Amino acid sequence: MPEYTFRVNGAQVTVDVAGDVRLLWVLRDLLGITGPKYGCGINVCKACTSHLNGKAVNPCAIPVSALRPTDEVTTIEGLAATSGQDLHPMQRAWLEHDVAQCGYCQPGQIMAAVALVRRVAAEGREITDADLDGLRNICRCGTYFRIREAIRAGAENM
Amino acid sequence: MTGGEHGGERGSERGGAIGRRRFLGYVVAAPTLVTAAQLVPAQLVPARPAAAAAPPVPEQAPELVPELGDLLDLNDLMTAAALPTSGLISVGIGGDGTVSFALPRAEVGQGITTSTAMLIAEELAVPLDRVRVTLADARPELLFNQLTGGSNTTISTYTPIRVAAAVARLRLLEAAAAELGAPVAGLTLKAGVITGPSGRSIGIGALAARAASDTTMRVRVELAPRESFTVIGRPHNRVDALDAVTGRKKFAMDLAVPGAKPTMVCRPPTINGKVGSVANLAEVRAMPGVTDAVVISTGVAVRADTFGQCIDAVRALKVSWRPGTAEGKSDASVLRELEAAELPLGIRPPTPFVEGRFTFAFRSNSALEPNCAIADVRADRAEIWSALKSPIVAQQAIAAMLGLPVGRVTVHVTEGGGSFGRKLFFDAAMEAAEVSQKLGKPVKLMWHRADDSRQGRTHPMATSRVRAAYLGETVLSFQQRHTSVSTDLGHGLGEIITALAARLPVADAGFAQTFFHLSQSMPYAFGVSSRLLSETDKGFNTGSMRNVYSPDVTCARELIVDQLAARMGKDPYRFRHDRLGDARSRAVLAKVAEAGAWGRPMAPGTAQGIALHGEYKSVSAALIEIDCRPETVNRPIRDGVTGPRVTRAVFAVDAGLVVNPRGLEAQMMGGIMDGIALALTAGLHLRDGHFLEASWDNYFYTRQWNTPPELRIIIMPSTSDRPGGAGELAVAASMAAVACAYGRATGTMPTGFPINHATLSFTPKPTVPPIPPSPADGLDHAR
Repeated sequence: MPEYTFRVNGAQVTVDVAGDVRLLWVLRDLLGITGPKYGCGINVCKACTSHLNGKAVNPCAIPVSALRPTDEVTTIEGLAATSGQDLHPMQRAWLEHDVAQCGYCQPGQIMAAVALVRRVAAEGREITDADLDGLRNICRCGTYFRIREAIRAGAENM
Repeated sequence: MTGGEHGGERGSERGGAIGRRRFLGYVVAAPTLVTAAQLVPAQLVPARPAAAAAPPVPEQAPELVPELGDLLDLNDLMTAAALPTSGLISVGIGGDGTVSFALPRAEVGQGITTSTAMLIAEELAVPLDRVRVTLADARPELLFNQLTGGSNTTISTYTPIRVAAAVARLRLLEAAAAELGAPVAGLTLKAGVITGPSGRSIGIGALAARAASDTTMRVRVELAPRESFTVIGRPHNRVDALDAVTGRKKFAMDLAVPGAKPTMVCRPPTINGKVGSVANLAEVRAMPGVTDAVVISTGVAVRADTFGQCIDAVRALKVSWRPGTAEGKSDASVLRELEAAELPLGIRPPTPFVEGRFTFAFRSNSALEPNCAIADVRADRAEIWSALKSPIVAQQAIAAMLGLPVGRVTVHVTEGGGSFGRKLFFDAAMEAAEVSQKLGKPVKLMWHRADDSRQGRTHPMATSRVRAAYLGETVLSFQQRHTSVSTDLGHGLGEIITALAARLPVADAGFAQTFFHLSQSMPYAFGVSSRLLSETDKGFNTGSMRNVYSPDVTCARELIVDQLAARMGKDPYRFRHDRLGDARSRAVLAKVAEAGAWGRPMAPGTAQGIALHGEYKSVSAALIEIDCRPETVNRPIRDGVTGPRVTRAVFAVDAGLVVNPRGLEAQMMGGIMDGIALALTAGLHLRDGHFLEASWDNYFYTRQWNTPPELRIIIMPSTSDRPGGAGELAVAASMAAVACAYGRATGTMPTGFPINHATLSFTPKPTVPPIPPSPADGLDHAR
């Protein structure tokens, strides 16, 4: 079986698995990193949203063979460390606004939110309602309004 | 954030103030302090309604006031059902000062672990973060007392949990009195520490063993009076929030059960089809990562090292299928079945009347966490892990299927990633047990999203026909005939109703009819009012979706109310308000009208709508503003349904005594999003015996682009000392208010729901193979 090497949450990992297995299953089923959730497997629900080199991606749609040894995968478990704090400012905002209900989609929501704020900041502008409308992550508990409030608050401290 | 401060005398046998109710609890024999209460103390069970005063069926007794649903609602029924069979629930004090409690309910996002911790923190005067609430395994001795449904959890557990905590408090104070050499009356318990008159103090952890008892005994206690509350009624964030935002919260599929490898099922192309034969089982077993492939009752199960390899294996299987239970059926054919099953409205009234016929499509109650379970079945025992709202029924059904005694099947209730009624059933747990038994190996079984959408439970398709007769400004009669594809209540709720049906004044009505009558009521003074349910066709996988019949029934009713107001030239808000007999209902309606500036000028193509719904001993009202202008309806969103936008939602709720206002707001927010979805975008299309929807970009639950930018939720002050239910409450009024707003914005009363149902907004995925391939272009979408 081929081996694939990349970085996850600051540590190098090597997995021995068929190259077409998607990163979500490498993370969850082989590495035991269960923060990214399965909600559809076809890059629609965004529950598995994680970061690849700082950008939002969906591991359910990335064959592990597409990763290079220098690629840095950040899951919700590794987000806080990227801010050098116990919790990332977006996670704090999520707590302050008590966003989560069942919590299943929330790791993906937070990772998508952080990437959105970074993208908007790189464009030198403020988050708009249209930006928030553009988030595709499903929350079947319907926490959307608190998500919008938390993203605006979290962006203030990023 | 700490628990409250209470004087030591309150809990003692001697010091109770006159007029306070005493409750019976237990100290349980154990090495550390364990106290308990009956889940439903006898004194809380309502008196039986006077059967003679309640004629059998409203239709035959037009003078019936109050209605059956007012006399004895579903929650009373569930509470009463619990009486003769209830077991004990217990609170334990650890040597480290933590308080533990295994809640015999399912947490699926509704916040009951938090509200339960708050009840214990209140009575025990310990900080909330010292209370550890877990979910109890299936406890068959609890019988009906371990069903999570009917928005009943807080109603049924509010007192017994506090009683168990109050017994613990009393025992700790007595132990401290001996330790500190002071009478109980001279002690204070605050933040988990008991302090005597001399200033000496001792933590409850240090007292846990001393306060324990080697015999079980009964103890009478009083509960903290409402005016002393410092935890109950104040907003608290969820106790599991930190775990949720860090990825540490564990759902069933996150558990590492040794040997439980990923497992999926190749399912039929039509609803409940069966396997005929499989052409390539051996070939599929030889695929990379695949360990097993086996035919089971619902399809062909494959087990592999990763779920990705399960997906590939499911897609590779060549199966010939036998017909299912809805062969050839479509939305149109089911509608004809419903029309044939509709009960008559009777002769046309001689007075003016308004009439409407409304159609509600099948809807999906898929949670974001799909149906899933872990099973480890051995020759002489089995162990199951799954988010289950009826774990006892699941345990019994699984034991029967496996041929094991119930006592040899352990069922662990995991925290659920949403339910919306879906987790009342245990379809995945049954399948996992079957596969594990057949393979002799542990399995971690999960449904693909496409399976969850196409073969999972649905809210049944229904029609509602309404006729209201009036004369002048008086509504003389209001008749509603609700006709529905059968709702499967076989998760235990049906059995509760069976058990008590003979005691209820509902004549020969079946489960569903009884449930319907218990959950529905007519809030307006509309003369002779009747609502009847007729059900047909048991060929679909259905269930009690959040708020069950109420969203559709209420939506139809409120649309007709708007029509009546229009006929009489009345304002829709005033018309409703003036015909409400119940003060709480009038108050919530007036509150949203005031807070939402009812009647403010709105641009053409936009409008307000207002609606009311009461259930679960709670009342609610919604004011919705909607934008139906073409530039909004047609705004571009990739692979999404845009349609009308709800621009503002104002919602008022009176849920009686509120344990956690922050959690209540969250439940209202979620219910509003459900109501928006049911009215505007969320429906399943049935064609040729299967549902077309196989993805979240096919079945359009509310998304960010449908979310109201303005949302206000108002919790009404209440002097009640009893909580009402809330988990499902907000859906009905929200759906109805969206529909009413849409009708007023467009000038046409909507009659088909969801409103976009006539337009298919996606290209259906194939049914063979049953699940779509895993995409490989994820890197192209990095952003």
